Amino acid sequence: MSVIEVSRVSRHYHVRSGLRWWRRQEIQAVRDVSFHIDAGETFGLLGPNGAGKTTIIKMLTTLLLPTAGSARVLGFDVASQPGEIRRRVGYVFGGDRGLYDRLSALDNLRYFAELYGVPARAQRQRIAYVLDLVRLAGRERERVEGYSRGMRQRLHIARGLLHDPPVLFLDEPSIGIDPVGARELRATVSALADAGKTIVLTTHYMYEADELCDRIAILRDGSIVAEGSPADLKSRVSEGEVVEAVVHSLPADAIARIQELAGVRSVTVRDLDRAQVLLVQTKPAAQLAAEIAGCLRGTAIQSLSVRAPTLEDAYVELVGGT
Amino acid sequence: MSAGRLLRLVAVSWYLHLKMLHRSMFDSVMQVVWPLFFATTALLVYRATGDRDALSYAATGAAVVTVWSAVSSNASGILQRERAFGTLELLVAAPAPFSLSIMSIVLAVTTTGGYAVAATLLWSRFVFGVHLAPAWPLPFALALVATVFSFGVLGFLLAVAAVRYRAVFALGGALELPLWLACGFLVPVALLPSWLRPLSWLLPPTWGMQAVRAAAAGQSLWADLGLWAGSTAAYAAAAVWVAATVLRSARRHATLSLT
Repeated sequence: MSVIEVSRVSRHYHVRSGLRWWRRQEIQAVRDVSFHIDAGETFGLLGPNGAGKTTIIKMLTTLLLPTAGSARVLGFDVASQPGEIRRRVGYVFGGDRGLYDRLSALDNLRYFAELYGVPARAQRQRIAYVLDLVRLAGRERERVEGYSRGMRQRLHIARGLLHDPPVLFLDEPSIGIDPVGARELRATVSALADAGKTIVLTTHYMYEADELCDRIAILRDGSIVAEGSPADLKSRVSEGEVVEAVVHSLPADAIARIQELAGVRSVTVRDLDRAQVLLVQTKPAAQLAAEIAGCLRGTAIQSLSVRAPTLEDAYVELVGGT
Repeated sequence: MSAGRLLRLVAVSWYLHLKMLHRSMFDSVMQVVWPLFFATTALLVYRATGDRDALSYAATGAAVVTVWSAVSSNASGILQRERAFGTLELLVAAPAPFSLSIMSIVLAVTTTGGYAVAATLLWSRFVFGVHLAPAWPLPFALALVATVFSFGVLGFLLAVAAVRYRAVFALGGALELPLWLACGFLVPVALLPSWLRPLSWLLPPTWGMQAVRAAAAGQSLWADLGLWAGSTAAYAAAAVWVAATVLRSARRHATLSLT
């Protein structure tokens, strides 16, 4: 049975610009999106900034109304039955905000336990349980302002689990966390999935989606451009190769020359501090490494390698490269 | 949620927000010190009349004014603060009634105004020698609490309006001084122009303040308290309705999380 059903949902915003004469502009954040999530599934929403991931989560957690279409969570309509949904879902977002810094973690959890209607007699036990689950037991009496970002994020998850919701929405939970913290967070999410929670996860990190999600929907400009298991999505580009080069001062005409090569599927450039990473996805058996190196003649090449595609490569190809 | 659960929610929320408000030493000190400047000004002006009753009138009025100042400037900013913390969406996404969550925070802010009342009355007593001796001390205290509570309800209305209209933050500050006059805190409502009096009658603190004055003078205060109760209930109901309406509007227009 589907726990979440999204049917042809759209959402637009109106923004105003101009100082003297206001111009009203319509922004289409989500366009005609449909998907379903089964009980116990971990479902990932991937996409670049502004693709509509957070807007979808906000509609499903009843913070926003869809402008068209319908969505149901646990059988309840997000537009007309928000109270029923709010009692049954947990909402966790990433970043520093969403907690009362001047209070201790324990006070934060006591407050949200009241807001989520956790019975007074069960609160002590439930708070102890979630603190233990996110490995914050023993630190709960410290003020949140002294917490590291990873600890804050784990506290966010504890808050979202206070009322033991069957459905959990995690909106970029690992954003800004160091690798060790992110790994701990993934372990926590994985444990929740093992416990049978239905999880909706948005993230920018492909390895995170690859490791945690049963299915993934990739969004671009408010629309779903691909949906399937991580293996399905990888298989879309697995027949080709990826040529990866770390270069310095990459000229624009070199990119144009590479794009014109026969057998090139997409070209992406990612800026690092002092270098650029050039990713070229090629068709099967194209064997373009030497020709790409030729296009880069005159550019300082730090390294050049050929490898099999990853989920990130599938993502880059689906959302569009340079 | 049962009535007991809702009461517990208000109590816990009030306590934790009060705790948070006290974590800033600067804010705590200012809550006590700032009202003394205003009380000093009012008492110096009224002392010039040489009328002891006028001085008592000013001391009571100054005490109440400080609470309204605290509420009007802070309550309308509560939603902005929750936005800045990133907790506004969480309050909305929680199953607890949103208006109760906000009411609890406004009550915590109003409670801090209580320190200002105490500081002003003590300042009046020991620095200006004003002996407040209300004819009916208990009803006087009751009317004072009622007046302060009506500030909380007005602050609640301002706070919930800010869910949708962020400019209400500025309106809170703008309403501070007009209410000093309109509610008769320092100048009797009877001295106001006749066209302004109906506006005063629409404001619950006017009736609370009249009850305070009546108790101080040993006159019956029950009619004033009745009008206070009716108008306060009307404002509270209006605030609950506004909260539900602006929340629907905010879901439609996506204005909740904008900082």
